Amino acid sequence: MQHGKYRFIVGFLALPLIIYGVFVLSPFVQAFQISLTDWSGLVGTANFIGLDNFERLWESDDFWNALRHNVYMLALVPVVTLGLGLFFAFMLNVGGRRKKNEVVTGVTGSKFYKFVFFFPQVISITIVAVIWFNIYNPDPNDGMLNSLLGTVGLDSLQNSWLGEKSIALWCISAVMVWGHVGFYVVLFSAAMASIPRDIYEAALLDGANRFHTFFKITLPLLWDAVQTGWVYMGIIALDAFALVQIMSVNNGGPDGATDVMPLRLYVTAFRDSQFGYASAMGIAMLIVTMTFALLTMRFARRERVEF
Amino acid sequence: MGSTSAHNNEGLGRRNLIKRSAALGLITVPTMGFLSACATGGGTEEKPAAKETGTVSAKNPLGVKNGVALEAFIFKGGLGDQYAKDAEADYKTTYQAEVKHTGTQEVGPKLTPRFAGGTPPDVIDNSGANHLDMNKLSSQGQLQDLGVLLDAASLDDPNKKVRDVIHPSTLEKGKHGDKFDVLYYAFTIYGTWYSQKLLEDKGWAYPKTLDEMVKLCGDIKKEGIAPWTYAGKYPYYVHFNLFAQIAKIGGMPAWVEIDNLEPNAWTKNDAVKEVIEHYEELAAKKYFLEGSEGLTHIQSQTSWTKNKAVFIPNGSWVENEAAPTTPKDFGMSVGALLDGTGDKLPSGTLRGEPSEPYIVSAKGKNPLGGMELLRIMLSKKHAQNFATKVKSLTCVVDATEGMTLSPGLASASAAVKAAGDNLISLQLQEWYPALTDEKIGGLTGQLLTGDLKASEWIKKTQAEADKVAQDSSVTKFKRAG
Repeated sequence: MQHGKYRFIVGFLALPLIIYGVFVLSPFVQAFQISLTDWSGLVGTANFIGLDNFERLWESDDFWNALRHNVYMLALVPVVTLGLGLFFAFMLNVGGRRKKNEVVTGVTGSKFYKFVFFFPQVISITIVAVIWFNIYNPDPNDGMLNSLLGTVGLDSLQNSWLGEKSIALWCISAVMVWGHVGFYVVLFSAAMASIPRDIYEAALLDGANRFHTFFKITLPLLWDAVQTGWVYMGIIALDAFALVQIMSVNNGGPDGATDVMPLRLYVTAFRDSQFGYASAMGIAMLIVTMTFALLTMRFARRERVEF
Repeated sequence: MGSTSAHNNEGLGRRNLIKRSAALGLITVPTMGFLSACATGGGTEEKPAAKETGTVSAKNPLGVKNGVALEAFIFKGGLGDQYAKDAEADYKTTYQAEVKHTGTQEVGPKLTPRFAGGTPPDVIDNSGANHLDMNKLSSQGQLQDLGVLLDAASLDDPNKKVRDVIHPSTLEKGKHGDKFDVLYYAFTIYGTWYSQKLLEDKGWAYPKTLDEMVKLCGDIKKEGIAPWTYAGKYPYYVHFNLFAQIAKIGGMPAWVEIDNLEPNAWTKNDAVKEVIEHYEELAAKKYFLEGSEGLTHIQSQTSWTKNKAVFIPNGSWVENEAAPTTPKDFGMSVGALLDGTGDKLPSGTLRGEPSEPYIVSAKGKNPLGGMELLRIMLSKKHAQNFATKVKSLTCVVDATEGMTLSPGLASASAAVKAAGDNLISLQLQEWYPALTDEKIGGLTGQLLTGDLKASEWIKKTQAEADKVAQDSSVTKFKRAG
């Protein structure tokens, strides 16, 4: 019945594979093809220009500027997000006071906190961006952050936030962290739940405190989840399109201070009508992202702890 | 690790898939366009549609035939499309013909295939972000020469041709080469907007010169009000005034060089230095509302209607847009460009740009009807209807005379009258938005926060303009000096 089995499998897989091929693989291949042309996106004709687009990209200050900002975010956002995620997850699951019958518990009200942390994940990124844009409104009366600072007497900290060149990128990064921490809290909580309680019990009997249990037990046993989270957070930091496009001043400003690669790609394609050049950017992004993912996977690998 | 990890990976895998497919969507869009573009190649060799002609008479100078259907495609944006529907209703009753109306924000995507297929609608308001490329349409012979319309008698006065009732700059802007084929129906006035009431209450007068402006700003600041605000999120709003001010002082020939991206056009023009240094001074003296650099256009307009700031650079749509937050007795007004030193253009010079481009399809079923609809819209009745409905001016000269206008519109109308022939029109932003909005906009933002010196602004702006001039991937335009 081997024959029948394959026919059966093919019958089920054919349609999804065709859809995948047409809508996923062929655009990939065509992006490579288009990146070698000067196609404007407006008319049906395009000329083959070889690697000119890539040469132009290599010499483009704008693109390097955008890439640099992505790299800054890549260096900071995953560390902060995962760090906070781990901390909160630990506090919610293990960090509480010892109770009578349980060896390890979360802080009081941990269920409620879990729900609250996860909340930003449920809201569309567009809405998150619009909400935060208004929080950052520089008006001392209408802007939430500035009026809050004014009320508590910290007027000196009032700022124009997204309008200030030196901190605009970090204002946006903060929103990125805020939006994703909850997801990792839930993720790490689930992973922690699978760590056998008796390990903690043994450690506590030996007199380990919270600090020790976290670094000696929880973190090593969670390493797989952390590593995966790192890759995904890195990809998110290399994107950042929606937040920057909606929140930033003058589309990636002030004066290019928040520009990121996907935004560059977007304006090149849809404002400047240079789809060929934009496709070359897409490919450059692909290379950067792949490199990051491979490096992370390679260097973050550790011996797996069996339990 | 145990099964949890596998579970987690699965959950993440799905998220990643969504992310990837979103990213691919970005790549797919151009690809699909590529494919469909290839698919719409042929079909341009349509035989010209048999034109239905009626009897020419004094009432019907174009010779529109009764009962022939008309199709109108109207951009439905900030101005809505009711004003066009009103004109269509008149057409319907006059010629007992069906008028098919479509109001849309997607003029380009919806009509590109119809032009390619030879069945375009008769009359189109080609406005909005997704408009059709009119240079291309014109060069492909898709646009009806509207010269016939210009030479026809106007609806209100049979002794006056249509040509004589519309504004000269509209006639100028609507040309492709020698052919007049685009009618810019509306008129947008750019300038410095303020509250007449606030000025009167405080005993201030709208300044005449740049120096007076600086002096007045000092007085205003002493009262605890910010002299200026602006939409920092979109710094090109500042250019509405800044560019026009350069053109006013330096003269149009020098500005046309800037529009044409000629070498050293910015650096050799003394007006650039004077105007940019003026803004540098305003910034240095902290005459801009604090935090303006982070405000959207709506937020800055709201600060302004709340009298937190006195002046704002804007266009005449602001009255409609800011209406929800504008106090009843605000007295919205627009001021003309200011005098500097050795001005090439006289006091009262104003930037007015023809807007809302109407085109008639040469290959449509009823081009005469399309022109007739425009003739109806160019009547006093409909120009006034437009002014009432959307608080905006039309290209019809003096159409609003004797009407009770909303304060902002009345002020804009008066400013146009005072300017007379000295209405200037700039092309730079329309032609090279990447240059003006992103690059120069970024510089202007820094200039207004005091982070960039005037000399640096000029140097860098020239460098950016040169970069565009040398970039072969950007389509270039030229206008006659």
